[in-house]
Amino acid sequence: MSKRPTSYMEGAADLADMVEGQSITLWSDVRRKLKRDRRFWIAAVMIAIFVGMAIVPQLFFTESLDPSNCNLSDSTLTPSSAHWFGTDIQGCDYYTRVVYGTRTSLIVGLVVGGLIVTLALTLGSSSGYYGGKTDMIISRFADIWFSVPTTLGAILVLTLFGGGGPLVVALVLVFFSWPDMTRLVRSTVISGKHRGYVRAAKTMGSPGRTILRRHVLPNGIAPVLVFASYTVGGAVAGEATLTFLGVGLQLPSISWGLQIAIAQTRFTSDPYLLFFPSLFLSLFIGAFVLLGESLRDALDVKLIQDA
Amino acid sequence: MVVPVLLGTILLVFGMVFLAPGDPIARLAGNKPLSPSTVAAIKARYHLDQPFLIQFWEYIKALSHGDFGATFTGRDVSEIIKERFPVTLKLALGAFSIDVVLGLTLSIVAAVKRRTWIDSTILAGTLVMITIPTLVLGFVLQYVFGIKLGWLPVAGIQAGWQSYVLPALTLGLIYAASLGRLGRSDILDNLSGEHIRAATARGLPRRRVLGHHVLKNSLVPIVTIFGLDLAYLMGGAVIVESIFNLPGLGQSLIVGVRTSNGPLVVGLVMLSAIIFVFTTLIVDLLCARIDPRISYE
Amino acid sequence: MPEPVLLVDGLQVEFRTEDGTVKAVDGVSYALDRGEVLAILGESGSGKTVHARAIMRILDSPPAFITGGTARLGDLELLSIDEADMRVIRGARVAMLFQDPHTALDPVFTVGDQMVELLRARRDLSTREARVEAIDLLERVGIPSARSRMRAYPHQLSGGIAQRVMVAMAVALGPDVLLADEPTSSLDVTVQAQVLELLAALVAETQMAMVLITHNLAVAVGLARRIAVMYAGRIVEIGPARDIYTNPKHPYTAALLRSIPDIEVREERLPAIMGSPPNLLRPPSGCAFHPRCPLADDRCRVEAPTLDEVVPGRASACFHADKVQR
Repeated sequence: MSKRPTSYMEGAADLADMVEGQSITLWSDVRRKLKRDRRFWIAAVMIAIFVGMAIVPQLFFTESLDPSNCNLSDSTLTPSSAHWFGTDIQGCDYYTRVVYGTRTSLIVGLVVGGLIVTLALTLGSSSGYYGGKTDMIISRFADIWFSVPTTLGAILVLTLFGGGGPLVVALVLVFFSWPDMTRLVRSTVISGKHRGYVRAAKTMGSPGRTILRRHVLPNGIAPVLVFASYTVGGAVAGEATLTFLGVGLQLPSISWGLQIAIAQTRFTSDPYLLFFPSLFLSLFIGAFVLLGESLRDALDVKLIQDA
Repeated sequence: MVVPVLLGTILLVFGMVFLAPGDPIARLAGNKPLSPSTVAAIKARYHLDQPFLIQFWEYIKALSHGDFGATFTGRDVSEIIKERFPVTLKLALGAFSIDVVLGLTLSIVAAVKRRTWIDSTILAGTLVMITIPTLVLGFVLQYVFGIKLGWLPVAGIQAGWQSYVLPALTLGLIYAASLGRLGRSDILDNLSGEHIRAATARGLPRRRVLGHHVLKNSLVPIVTIFGLDLAYLMGGAVIVESIFNLPGLGQSLIVGVRTSNGPLVVGLVMLSAIIFVFTTLIVDLLCARIDPRISYE
Repeated sequence: MPEPVLLVDGLQVEFRTEDGTVKAVDGVSYALDRGEVLAILGESGSGKTVHARAIMRILDSPPAFITGGTARLGDLELLSIDEADMRVIRGARVAMLFQDPHTALDPVFTVGDQMVELLRARRDLSTREARVEAIDLLERVGIPSARSRMRAYPHQLSGGIAQRVMVAMAVALGPDVLLADEPTSSLDVTVQAQVLELLAALVAETQMAMVLITHNLAVAVGLARRIAVMYAGRIVEIGPARDIYTNPKHPYTAALLRSIPDIEVREERLPAIMGSPPNLLRPPSGCAFHPRCPLADDRCRVEAPTLDEVVPGRASACFHADKVQR
C-alpha cells in the first residue's frame, strides 16, 4: 500500500489509516482503556468541577464569600482566610469572581467546540465523500480561511463589528478556525469511503447520506473526538487572549481574560491578581488537553499531518 | 494554484471590511469626526463611490505596489510596517531558533529514549507547555526572570538583544513543545517502518539509518509544522509584544485596535494573511521536494 | 558431509504485551546446507516471519524478546554476538528479502541512492565505482534499462521490478544465507514466477542457501528441496518437498493440501480447515492443532507432541503420524 498524499494539508489521512488499521475499535475496549488511564480520571474530575463552578457557582462559596461583597476600602487585599484569593481593585472578593469566570469560558469552549464539530462533520464529509466540485469548492474555501490566522482575523472582525458577549466571540472564533477540523474529517472520510462495507452499501443502493451517517462517520469519529477536546481548550485560550487584548468581552462581563488584563496594570505590586485567573485558565485548558490525550491513547489515534 | 487562494484571502479580508455594518468610513475612523475634505480625499483614494469589484481591483493594484492603505491622519500603513518590521522580525527569528533547536532536540531525544524516564519527562513537560496559554507563560516568565530574579529586562527594547530573550522564549518554548511532541510521534512511527528495518537488515550502520533514512522520512510533518508555526507567530507576536512592550507590528496592531485605527488594523491583518499564503506555498514546494510521492499540481 | 551453513536450534521468541505474553516461536530447529532451498510453510501467525527476523536480530525489542535457542552460522552464534558484530554479518553473510518491496524500499530516496549507499558503506567503493557496480547488479537480476532505473523512486516502479531491486541489494554483498520472507506474496501471479525463477537461478549460480518463507504450497514445492511446516510457533513437519506433498505425515499438512481445490474434481463447497487459527495469548493445551484435528484424541489434548523422525529424513510432531491421509 503506497501512500500518495497530494499535499501536506490532506495528510491527516494518516490517522484515518490508523483508525482503519484496527478492525473497528470496540467501544468496550475503549472504555476499558480509558478507565485505566489516570489522566482521563484527572481530566474528568477537573471538568466536572469546572462545570459545577459554571452552572452552580454558589456551591463553591461559603457564607462570607459573595460576589457582590465589594467594599472599596478593602481594595487589593492579599489572600487571607477571609478572602481566599484576596480582593480585586474594586474590593470585591477575588475568589468568587474568578470562579464566576468559569461560566464564560465554558460557554465559549462548548459553543466553539460544538459548532466546529458540526461544521466539520457536515462540510468535511460532503467534501470527502462526494468529491468533485463540492470538494473543490469547500477545500478552496478552507484554504482561504486557513490563511488568515485565527487571532488576527478575530481581532479584525471584532474591531470592525464592535465587541460582543461570549456568544459573539465564540462565533468569531469558529469563523476562523473551522478549516482545521473540517480538513481532518475530509481526510477521514476519504480514507473510509473505500472500505469494503461502504462499497457494499453503495451497491445495495443506500443513499450517500445514509452511508455517511451509518458507516463512514462512526468509524472515523475517533480523531474528531480527540481534536474536539483540544479545540475546546484552544477556544478558551483564544477568548482569554482576545479579551486581554481588548477586543473580546468587555466589562462588566466576568472573564479570566479581563481579570488578567486588569491585573497586568498592577503586576508588580499585586502579582496575585494575575496569578489566580491565570491558574484557573491554565487548569481549565489543561483538563481538556488531558482529556484529548487520554482519548487519543484509548482510541489509538495519531494526529500526524502526513505519512 | 496559489493565486486563487491569495486572491480569495485578500477578498475575504477586504470583504469583511466592506461588509461591516454602517458607513465604512465612519467604521474605519472609529466614529471619530472627520472633516469633509478628509472624507472626500478618502473617497477618492479608495474609489469608494465605485462598485465593489472596481474597489477590489484597485485595492489589489495598490497592494501589488506595496500600498497597504493609509491611516486617516495621513500616514501610509506601509511606512508603519517598514518602521516596525525589524522588531517583530528579530522576535520571530529568536522564537524560531528556539523552536528548531529545542523542538528537534526534544523530539529526537524522546524518540530515541522512548519508554525511559527521559521520554516521560519530556512528554510531561511539553504537555504542560502547550497547555499554558501564551498569555500566561509570558507573564510567568516576566515575573520570574524579570521581576523576581531580575536577570532579564521586563519590557522595551533598550537592552539590545537581551530584551528579546524572554519574549522569544515565551513563543519559542510553546512552539518547541508542540514540535517536540509531533516530531517524536513522527520519528517513532518512522523508526518502526519496514524500510528502516530493511535498511538495518542490509547491514547499514545505525548512524546512517537514523541520520539519513529516518531523518528524511520524518521531515515532511516537521516542515509542515514550521509553516503552521508562522501562523501562530503572527498571533503570538501580538500577545508577546503587548506583554513585553516591544514596538513591533503586533503592538502596532493593538494600538490600532485601541485607537480605532481601521486602515492600520486591516492593513496589518492583510499583510499577515499574504505572508501566510506564501509560507504555505513554500512549505508545499519543500514537501514535494522531500517526498517524491507528494505531487504538487 | 559438509557442515550445514546455518544451524538453528530451539529458537524461542516471546512477545510481551499488556494483554499477556505470546510465544510466537516455540522451539524451532533446522539445519540448512549450502545451496539448499528450505521452504517454511505456514499461515500468518505461525511464527515464520518472526523466526527469520529473530535470526537477523531485527525484531523490535520490546515487545519481542528472544528467550532461547541458538542460530549458528559457521562458528558464529548469531543470537549472542555483539550488535556491532551482527551488523557486519547482516547483508554480507545473512541477508533478508522482505515481502512488500514498496514498503521495504525507502520511498524518499531513488533506487540508485539506496544501492550506492549500500555499496559504499559495505564494500568501501567510491561513488563512481558504486554506481557502476549498482547498474551491473540491476542488470544481473534482469532489470531492463538499468541505468535509467537508478534515477527512479520506489513508488514509480512496478512490484516486480521493485522486488528485483530488493533482490539485487540482498545479494550485493554475496551472502551465504538468504532469508526470503514471502518475497512474492504481494506480486501478481505472472510476476511471481519470474521472481522465483530469479531466486532459483541465483541459488544455483552462487550456492547461496535460502530459507523461503511462504504460505503458498505451490511456491514451496516448486522451489524447495525440503519443506518445514510451521503451526503456532513450532515446526510440525519437515522433510523432502516432494514427499511431503504426496505423503504428508501431519494432519495440518494434510488439511493444507486438501484445501487446495483440484481443477479436475467438482466439489460443492471449498474445503477448509475447520476451526480457526489458535489464539496465541491463550494457546490450546497439549497439541496446538488438536481443536481442529480430525485425529485428535485425549492424549493430544493433554500432551504436546515433539518433532520426531517417522521415516529417515522425515519428522513429524504428531502422535498419529502414521494415520495421516492425503
